[in-house]
Amino acid sequence: MNVTLHVWRQPGPAAKGRFVTYEAKDVSPDMSFLELLDVVNEGLIARHEDPIAFDHDCREGICGMCGLMIDGRAHGPQAATTTCQLHLRHFADGAEIRVEPWRARAFPVLKDLVVDRGAFDRIIEAGGFVSVRTGSAPDANTILVPKPAAELAMDAAQCIGCGACVAACPNASAMLFVAAKVSHLALLPQGQPERYDRVVRMVETMDAAGFGACTNHGECMAACPKEISIDFIAQLNRDYLTASRSPSSV
Amino acid sequence: MELRAKIPDGPIERKWDAHRFAMKLVNPANKRKYHVIVVGSGLAGASAAATLAELGYEVSCFCFQDSPRRAHSIAAQGGINAAKNYQNDGDSIWRLFYDTVKGGDFRSREANVYRLAQISVDIIDQCTAQGVPFAREYGGLLANRSFGGAQVSRTFYARGQTGQQLLLGAYQALARQIGLGAVKMYPRTEMLDVVVIDGKARGIVVRDLVTGAVSSHAAHAVVLATGGYANVYFLSTNAKGCNVTATWRAHKRGAAFANPCFTQIHPTCIPAAGEHQSKLTLMSESLRNDGRIWVPNAKGDRRPPKEIPAGERDYYLERLYPSYGNLAPRDIASRRAKEMCDAGYGVGPGGHGVYLDFQDAIGRLGQVVVAERYGNLFEMYERITGENPYAVPMRIYPAPHYTMGGLWVDYNLMSTLDGLYVIGEANFSDHGANRLGASALMQGLADGYFVLPYTIGDYLTQTKLEPVGSEHAAFRAVEREVATRVEHLLSASGTRSVDSFHRELGRLMWDQCGMARTREGLEAAIAKVQELRARYWKEVYVGGRGEEFNQSLERAGRVADFLEFAELMCEDALQREESCGGHFRAEFQTPDGEAKRDDSRFAYVAAWEFTGVGSAPKLHREPLQFEHVALAQRSYK
Repeated sequence: MNVTLHVWRQPGPAAKGRFVTYEAKDVSPDMSFLELLDVVNEGLIARHEDPIAFDHDCREGICGMCGLMIDGRAHGPQAATTTCQLHLRHFADGAEIRVEPWRARAFPVLKDLVVDRGAFDRIIEAGGFVSVRTGSAPDANTILVPKPAAELAMDAAQCIGCGACVAACPNASAMLFVAAKVSHLALLPQGQPERYDRVVRMVETMDAAGFGACTNHGECMAACPKEISIDFIAQLNRDYLTASRSPSSV
Repeated sequence: MELRAKIPDGPIERKWDAHRFAMKLVNPANKRKYHVIVVGSGLAGASAAATLAELGYEVSCFCFQDSPRRAHSIAAQGGINAAKNYQNDGDSIWRLFYDTVKGGDFRSREANVYRLAQISVDIIDQCTAQGVPFAREYGGLLANRSFGGAQVSRTFYARGQTGQQLLLGAYQALARQIGLGAVKMYPRTEMLDVVVIDGKARGIVVRDLVTGAVSSHAAHAVVLATGGYANVYFLSTNAKGCNVTATWRAHKRGAAFANPCFTQIHPTCIPAAGEHQSKLTLMSESLRNDGRIWVPNAKGDRRPPKEIPAGERDYYLERLYPSYGNLAPRDIASRRAKEMCDAGYGVGPGGHGVYLDFQDAIGRLGQVVVAERYGNLFEMYERITGENPYAVPMRIYPAPHYTMGGLWVDYNLMSTLDGLYVIGEANFSDHGANRLGASALMQGLADGYFVLPYTIGDYLTQTKLEPVGSEHAAFRAVEREVATRVEHLLSASGTRSVDSFHRELGRLMWDQCGMARTREGLEAAIAKVQELRARYWKEVYVGGRGEEFNQSLERAGRVADFLEFAELMCEDALQREESCGGHFRAEFQTPDGEAKRDDSRFAYVAAWEFTGVGSAPKLHREPLQFEHVALAQRSYK
């Protein structure tokens, strides 16, 4: 099949970017979207032109490193699928495809399709953990976790930190990302001692990083490759409200 | 070069405890005066960096990804072993130790493996306390599943994303220390060399992958947690960025490389779809618990699998290995699959596949239970192949997945270069010639949380270390070497891309130093690698500049190192005239096609000393003694 790509090229953080058009001829429908970019890049290298920079690593949908806006949708048209797992069989022969980086003030572009998602790390550093020193843990089976709680915590913990939620949100809000970690730990007994302190610190760090507010569009959930539910945003809001309204009780 | 394994005296059950007591402690007030560099942020690196910082050391951690949370440990699916015996099915530390030594085909150190089995129980406690959402029973207790190479249920798991959840646990512990200012994190930074001063590793030279700036970092000790080298095959299940550069550079500075030919080919991967294939995807071998592997009885049978009646199917693992059946160890399952395909029984495009069929399991357990156990793996398969595995059997084919070889380390996890520690997959230590499923996560976390943080303290207190800063002349010299190499790569004015060379190297290694090796093939491969390496420096085109974000340049450096390393791998495979674990020399097999080990000649670790590029490496042997697990032919029949 043949496709035409309009790809965002931007030499560096301060430089102006623009769309550049590339033709990809005789490509296989069984190719992943990143393999398509590999093929385009091989062509650019053969012509001694600068290849398209894009982030990727595991190429099996779990590391969270890849992420492209494809025709205006984070990770492209296929539900519950990262860019690396998106295959060309989901595009029509002759399709024109627009490829952009994540667009958000808190994710500055480094080059072409590569953005800096360091703000996510800073949010986790602020409180996205249980404070346990190595070696001080009790026997694992002394902590009982009801199966439904463990399953729900796992639903939240699946977040791969790719940033699609931010890219999809009209406000560039990071609420789904923060909610996933807050909920994962709030649903488990291990997360209780720091529960309310954690939520306040993570939300403050999120706000300081320049992410927008949540106005319940739900675009984040639709874009999330791990289908993380916005129910967790309700959990985040409830915990945050509890923490801010009655500090003496937390 | 001298190999001193430093295995403590005393009964095997007491060695680690006695050693922990014998090691000198660093005064708590002095720990902050010691700076430790950790390269890599996977299970081993993140857990080590977090734990060292908790203890009070000043820690710097480096990773090439944009965040430490992305290291390739994240892709491990199936689980992590621990000798908890929660299932009351006869497990024990001794049994996990025994299974691991036997599964490694008697090419690992008993003392190391015993310690690993001991520590396994602490890992589960630690990770559970961190909030890792392991699978639970309805009563709230932890659930277990069984895994290849074991007859007990000792594997803990978090759906099919165990590596992800364990890594996020370690990442969160690391993030906490970063937030506290105890760890300085350097993401998007690649280590390009080790700096040795007075015979000791005293720092590293790195390249900032965003700006291209080359800089030096001095420390009292350096820890490499940089993973394995399966990407030497180009097509592997490793992440695209996985590379041998850190360990190879350390090897060139004096660290012996042990057993590089011990590579693991994973049996349950999705077959390649075509020439464009950039990597292979593994599906957890936990699938083999309920899936049955078969090929048609007739060669070249092209009927859809549903139309092939039970009597015309060869469930070859069940036939050949009645007691283990589809749970036979990875090396055996992989080799048998390739043999079936090579003999013309393969299915799917090019005949490079065998069926992994869940029809019986769905009949026995119902689709709901099967979906609960393997749902995400089934989705992954469908996403990649476009086929629904609930209705049509999966097609699987072996793929390079893990490397048991790595830098040689002593019992304390220190390499032959003083002050350079190597942990996780990057070292050679615990898996011998073959790693059992669900044991990589165990080893990475054992090294990082529970072994290295003790042993490194002993080195720091016992060793006289002159104050050294990154302004030392040795750093300038290495920086110049790194800069020269970058310029050399950029000035090669050829026409071929880095990837095209990597693919060519990978094909060669898969054919000659993959699942089955021969003297003839290996000798030819060595000559071809040398020739390919020479062509690389002439014909490659990298493009761009060094002082910028340049992904071609990143890859070019890694492929240059693979092109040197590949030769050592072949040399190692050539000298080991036996078949054991993942190393199968076609000349050495039993009449029924099983690996024929030669304990009288090869019960040793092969540790190689670097003598120059293109110059024959020097082999050192560490003899292996088996006092607790009797040397025996592995039998899974």
